[in-house]
Amino acid sequence: MKKDASGNTQFAHRHLLGIEGLSPDEITLLLDRSEQYVGQNRRADKKKTLLRGRTIINLFFEASTRTLTSFELAGKRLGGDVINMSVASSSIKKGETLIDTAMTLNAMHPDVLVVRHSESGAVQLLSEKVNCAVINGGDGSHAHPTQALLDALTIRRRKGRLCGLLVAICGDIAHSRVARSNIHLLNIMGARVRLIAPKTLIPPSIRMLGVEVFHDMNEGLKDCDIVMMLRLQTERMHANYFPSIREYFHFFGLDYEKLSNAKPDALVMHPGPMNRGVEIDSLVADDIGRSAIREQVEMGVAVRMACLELLTDNLPGTGTEGGA
Amino acid sequence: MAIRQAMPLGRTAYVNARLLDPASGLDAPGGLLADGEAIADFGPGLFDNGAPKDAAVVDCRGHVLCPGLVDIRVQLREPGEEHKGTLACAGKAAAAGGVTTMVCLPNTDPVIDDMSVVEFIARRARLLGLAKVYAYGAVTKGLNGVELAEMGMLAEAGAVAFTDGVKAVGDALVMRRALSYAGTFGLLIVQHAEEPSLAAGGAMNQGETAMRLGLSGIPSEAEVIMVERDIRLAAMSGERLHFAHLSTADAIEAVRRAKAEGLRITCDTAPPYFALNDASIGDYRTFMKLSPPLRSEDDRRAVIKGLKDGVIDAIASDHAPHDEDAKRLPFAQAAFGGVGLETLLAVTLELYHNGHMPLPDAMRKITNGAADVLGLKAGRLEKGAPADLVLFDVERGWVVDADALLSKSKNSPFDGRPVQGRVLRTVIDGRAVFELND
Repeated sequence: MKKDASGNTQFAHRHLLGIEGLSPDEITLLLDRSEQYVGQNRRADKKKTLLRGRTIINLFFEASTRTLTSFELAGKRLGGDVINMSVASSSIKKGETLIDTAMTLNAMHPDVLVVRHSESGAVQLLSEKVNCAVINGGDGSHAHPTQALLDALTIRRRKGRLCGLLVAICGDIAHSRVARSNIHLLNIMGARVRLIAPKTLIPPSIRMLGVEVFHDMNEGLKDCDIVMMLRLQTERMHANYFPSIREYFHFFGLDYEKLSNAKPDALVMHPGPMNRGVEIDSLVADDIGRSAIREQVEMGVAVRMACLELLTDNLPGTGTEGGA
Repeated sequence: MAIRQAMPLGRTAYVNARLLDPASGLDAPGGLLADGEAIADFGPGLFDNGAPKDAAVVDCRGHVLCPGLVDIRVQLREPGEEHKGTLACAGKAAAAGGVTTMVCLPNTDPVIDDMSVVEFIARRARLLGLAKVYAYGAVTKGLNGVELAEMGMLAEAGAVAFTDGVKAVGDALVMRRALSYAGTFGLLIVQHAEEPSLAAGGAMNQGETAMRLGLSGIPSEAEVIMVERDIRLAAMSGERLHFAHLSTADAIEAVRRAKAEGLRITCDTAPPYFALNDASIGDYRTFMKLSPPLRSEDDRRAVIKGLKDGVIDAIASDHAPHDEDAKRLPFAQAAFGGVGLETLLAVTLELYHNGHMPLPDAMRKITNGAADVLGLKAGRLEKGAPADLVLFDVERGWVVDADALLSKSKNSPFDGRPVQGRVLRTVIDGRAVFELND
């Protein structure tokens, strides 16, 4: 990890593809920067000029509402030029390969590419072919680093720390990039992670990541500080990961009864979009005393601003007006 | 329908018994005192100073008094096919056979893939007050082999384990998910081990007899292929798995190896597979048409060996009632299955009478050995436990007469067979539900 002349941590990465490989200090730096933007985003004048002249392309091969909007707002509030490209209007539909799309966009000299793709590893492949910085906006079941960072920021603001907290992640772990990135981040920051799901939705080898695995919500939630629910894709039912929605909710849906096993001040989180009555009961989701779900969305914009700032800091030409 | 009498129960002293409890190894002259519905005390020398004055006395005359039999594979046909069998007639047949606990397959109509059916069967059985009836839940909805049934909620309703009954879970991915999902709740999957594509269209074991009779065969490989596949699937995530009614040497050998490796695999067999072979089919005797089919003599001997050395944990009757319409047909068109509740004890005792196994070892397979497969609290003598007992004469000979069976359907593969070992009295919750009239 690099430090500048005055001993401060620097974020010495060209891309943000995942949480793995980040140090505790780097994560803390990202969260500290994000914290500043939380305040800025609550003011009437949200605009800064930090990214003036920079081009940011949000390249989304998979449908998204909140992540795409969040990145768009983040880029615009920092004064960058933001273009959204979604799969419906892209040349991918016309048969272009991922790498050709990357090369085409690269020729237009963007400064940052934010990429979401349904295939694990697609964002990294693309990052190897371009000259700009790449932020992973979620790839397959692999990684979603900005989600993990915004979750961490939400937790840190509510609990004052990450280290030593007991965090339960519940639901479709097997297919979740959110779960993987959160596990890495929480491990790096010294939190304890528990995973709770039916056996069909937890890969047995996930214990290698240093987590505890439970198949019973009441046991797994015991004494937890944080309860993170994951979205259950209901189409998984037809692939026999679980037999029915009512059975899933009965055993693994978060309601007040199951939540009562966690600490009295345990925080409920969800990366959205929620399936009410599938993985979470509406009463719990809407309980402003317990649920941080809307706050997570707010933190998302701040975290993405911090990511854009720190990555563009490392781009050639930064600090010398007019380019190198 | 025999409705349980509300008569208050006093104490009953079973005196001059040969007490046999395979679970504890007890095999000694002694007595047993039942108080109300439970076993109050038992042991050698219990009534040395005479039976309690207030107790009714049953003189066992030196015959074997042991835990009531536990039959973990019975088809009830109710609800849905009451013309073939009902809970009431199965209950009476069970009582005559010394069976006090039975577990029914989910292939009823409607299928036991919904909590309400589990509750229906439990309520009907409770009203009858005959053998205790537990239900298997379906692994897949409608036994279709495609979509998982609600195993968690079925278990909460009382289903003791999960199986698709007489059908195998054929798709490897469905089986993998079923094992894994059941493992979430610590539930057991019971597989009918037969690769469906190899068994399709077959009427009997593939071999010389099938060739001579001109019947299409089910190869014994159909069983071992499924057993080996499923052992590997269960090993992937370390889940428990039980194979029902194994019939072939190769499949038993596969289970033997799996057990030696420490995998959590169990299996059972049924009396036809150690008492009969495919030559018994003779001139197209459809009562001998079973699933899995009767196998070769080598396979039959391997089943006995598996029972002796403990690879096979239990014996279940595989009771499968069929009316005459389903059996009086050309062999290939006849239904698979035979009734077995009333012959389970006597045919199992052949293992003892033929010198293959000591009596307690043979009895273990139909008492605590069977109960342990499913984790049932049954099949052992324990103070405070329900007084579910069978008193039988281990030596007495009789000839199985299908027409004389209490079962509504008479399709016994053992019709006409001379056997040894007769139930004298069957007791459930302290009440005699069967007494042999000489």
